[in-house]
Amino acid sequence: MSVALPSADITRALTRISHEILERNGGSDNLTLLGIPTRGAHLALRIASIIESIESKSVAVGTLDITLHRDDLRLRPPRALMPTKIPPAGIEGKDVVLIDDVFFSGRTIRAALDALGEIGRPRTVQLAVLVDRGHRELPIRADYVGKNLPTSLDQSVKVHLSEIDGIDEVILGKAGEL
Amino acid sequence: MKHLLSINDLSEVEAVAILDTATELARVSDAPMKKLPTLRGRTIVNLFAEDSTRTRISFEAAAKRLSADVINFSAKGSSVSKGESLKDTAQTLQAMGADAVIIRHQASGAAHRLATSQWMSGTVINAGDGTHEHPSQALLDAYTLRKHLMHGQKNLQGIHVAIVGDILHSRVARSNVLLLSKLGAKVSVVAPPTLLPVGVHSWPATVSYDLDDVIPNIDAIMMLRVQSERMNELYFPNAREYSRYFGLNTDRVKRMKKESIIMHPGPMNRGLEITADVADSARSVIVEQVSNGVSVRMAILYTLLTGEGIESGALA
Repeated sequence: MSVALPSADITRALTRISHEILERNGGSDNLTLLGIPTRGAHLALRIASIIESIESKSVAVGTLDITLHRDDLRLRPPRALMPTKIPPAGIEGKDVVLIDDVFFSGRTIRAALDALGEIGRPRTVQLAVLVDRGHRELPIRADYVGKNLPTSLDQSVKVHLSEIDGIDEVILGKAGEL
Repeated sequence: MKHLLSINDLSEVEAVAILDTATELARVSDAPMKKLPTLRGRTIVNLFAEDSTRTRISFEAAAKRLSADVINFSAKGSSVSKGESLKDTAQTLQAMGADAVIIRHQASGAAHRLATSQWMSGTVINAGDGTHEHPSQALLDAYTLRKHLMHGQKNLQGIHVAIVGDILHSRVARSNVLLLSKLGAKVSVVAPPTLLPVGVHSWPATVSYDLDDVIPNIDAIMMLRVQSERMNELYFPNAREYSRYFGLNTDRVKRMKKESIIMHPGPMNRGLEITADVADSARSVIVEQVSNGVSVRMAILYTLLTGEGIESGALA
């Protein structure tokens, strides 16, 4: 078990991602940040507050729970549903940035795209992740990556955030160990 | 958990999890797009050997919002009215590939029989069996109570609920007594002695014969329908007397706590157990119970029908 990304690196990665999002979208006016619960939702709030401090104005931020759109519902025990909070302005015509902690098979993001489609039609959908560990099973890629972390399939990656776990760190270990 | 036959199948944690899931699913009912792909490709059969409006429609709406295929099957207009047995009906449903059967039957224990016999392999959900249980109704009542009275608290600890009327014939009362007490509420059953079942004193509830005695202390009152179709003898002298002693009218509502709510599982006998003005008053959540029913039944279907691939080993 090793720490792949310590606290300071997480902060730096999120700051860089925030700048990249602003650069690519030419500001924050048409942006909507949607975090995928649980940890993606906290990352979205952090990125929103960094963007607000850069631009000195608020940015639309919310959460998108994708559980009901997963394609593995029959294979796993029922999961608790998390809240979906779409900002009042909606997502119609917006530049939506989906935010998640670990990018792995790509199935979560596929489910998120389905979930978004039922809410409205954004102008663009982009993806920001803190860690990309590879092993994609679908043709999906991230637009903003905090850290590319090459892993093997028998490893597991766990993101800890101070809001939930009391500490900021990304841990790499053997599957089943974390 | 594969079947939902009785409230006894649920732990407190599982019951709270269903209510939490229902809270999230309620948003779907408010969204312009009322459809989720969660149970796509699954077949759910509504097997109703007894009449029902709310329960059947509500299970049907719930299943359809989760994209399941729904087959409605009622005793009238099917071979059941020609005398086909439950076993033969079940085997027919199995042959058609039903993933879940929602059963309402006039015989207590019918759902249990269906689930434990080897007649079919799908999930069985009890939507009312005789005078035994009606767990989905109890869950939607608990959901309604929690939403109105608990201000964010997860269980029902600290509230007092009275269930009034035809306890003897009421599966709603049995399921509610079990569930509400499991969730921490204090429950009183109020009825004339003739409408209380044998052994009611062993229930996790207090028993009273005097409605006026109970009225000022409760946070919610649940009026039960007088089930004339199950009454083969005289349980009270006449309707007027019943209504005077055990009916909910404006006078009694005035003596209830300010924040308290009025519930009824429906269908109502207006003028018998509840007066029309009380049923339509602002304190009454009777219509809301129906819409909550859809969210709670979506939560039940979600909980029972996801993850079944693990048990059957079909896809694992």
